[in-house]
Amino acid sequence: MSTHRLRFTLNGTPRELEIAADRLLIDVIRDDCGATGTKLGCGVGICGTCSVLVDGELVSACLVPAVFVDGRSLTTVEGLAQDGELTPLQDAFIRDGGFQCGICTPGQLIAATALLREHPRPDGREIRDWMMGNLCRCTGYYGIERGPGGGAVGGGLGGSAPQVCRELRLSRAALAGRRARSSHAVR
Amino acid sequence: MAGGTATVLLMRQGLLRPAHVVSLRTIDGLSGIARTPQGGLRIGAMATHRAVERSDAARGYSPALVDAFASVATVRIRNQATVGGNLAHADPAQDPPPMLAALNATITVRSPRGERTEAVETLAVDHFTTSLSHDEVITSVLLPPILPGTREVYLKFLPQTADDYATVSVAATLRFADDATVADVRIVLGAVGPTTIRAKRVEDALRGARPTPERIRDAAALVRDEVDPLDDLRGSADYKREMARVWTERALAALTR
Repeated sequence: MSTHRLRFTLNGTPRELEIAADRLLIDVIRDDCGATGTKLGCGVGICGTCSVLVDGELVSACLVPAVFVDGRSLTTVEGLAQDGELTPLQDAFIRDGGFQCGICTPGQLIAATALLREHPRPDGREIRDWMMGNLCRCTGYYGIERGPGGGAVGGGLGGSAPQVCRELRLSRAALAGRRARSSHAVR
Repeated sequence: MAGGTATVLLMRQGLLRPAHVVSLRTIDGLSGIARTPQGGLRIGAMATHRAVERSDAARGYSPALVDAFASVATVRIRNQATVGGNLAHADPAQDPPPMLAALNATITVRSPRGERTEAVETLAVDHFTTSLSHDEVITSVLLPPILPGTREVYLKFLPQTADDYATVSVAATLRFADDATVADVRIVLGAVGPTTIRAKRVEDALRGARPTPERIRDAAALVRDEVDPLDDLRGSADYKREMARVWTERALAALTR
């Protein structure tokens, strides 16, 4: 197995590691860097607990070969708060009880952070599209729904809280119920 | 390895044990999405699904194409998975291949022997198997100009979760002649066979005809014998044949409404 010298920043701190070519990003973050906030859940890209940002893009760290982040900038849940100051989103999760056991919370926070960066005033479709891939086995979705909703509103990011919450509830209904996605283009 | 979503999964599951892996990520010229001077669309093989979703050029070419890419899994996966990787993976349940085939897309393939093109429709030859040889790499996808009067649709039947693979998917394009008959129609189904399935008998039953609801219903019924689904957790083969009929009829109804 060949090894690669890997240089990247983790939450703003430069890192340089010698790693085997087959290492996955989730293992390098947790085992080599000691940043255990990011959790390994399903290991197959479905559950969202290993959500991290690579150059600001939301990805599953369990599916990313670590060598892919050479020269790039990595953000995990530990990198959200700045100088001990939580983000409005993190505050909203605490205020509104956006977690039960907490194992999915780092991934939920990272996914919601990516959503709000790309869509500061997310509509219902955008919220559904971004958050549906982060599962909560406690089914603590109501509190999580209030988190991004409250964060979005509390941070001056627009949308009424009831509307955002309603849209998120719809997305959970969509996860559980029968539905079809469709598109239709007419020239 | 392109984006790595499928390859890493296969390696983790022990289904793929490569002696060497070559990443395509740092090779110039493999990404980018742009309209062609003729009015078509060129997508670099390393463009991610999300790049297609965000591309004004792709949306201007065909909103249904954008929707097919946006139907894949979750944002996380779409940020990593590439257009070329998706086609090379040849998973018959993927969303983009039926839509690309319905739009008559071709791929450009490079090897030490030079360059060749191949239709997306004939690229996959079996479950997870393509006609590519081991030294060939997909470099781009080329979509031809869409003729005026053409309508396109992508429908995905998701009875379980929103990020699931389709139980059945239907991509279709239909062009009306001046006399309101069907000048041309292409129907391609996903998830109901070892590869995407072109519904040629359904197409033949519609071409040249006025697409009345009765004609569409009768034509869509022919798809039952064209698909070749497997029993799995998304339903029995019989159920999927029936759903292929239902969703083919819905796609055609949407295109002729």
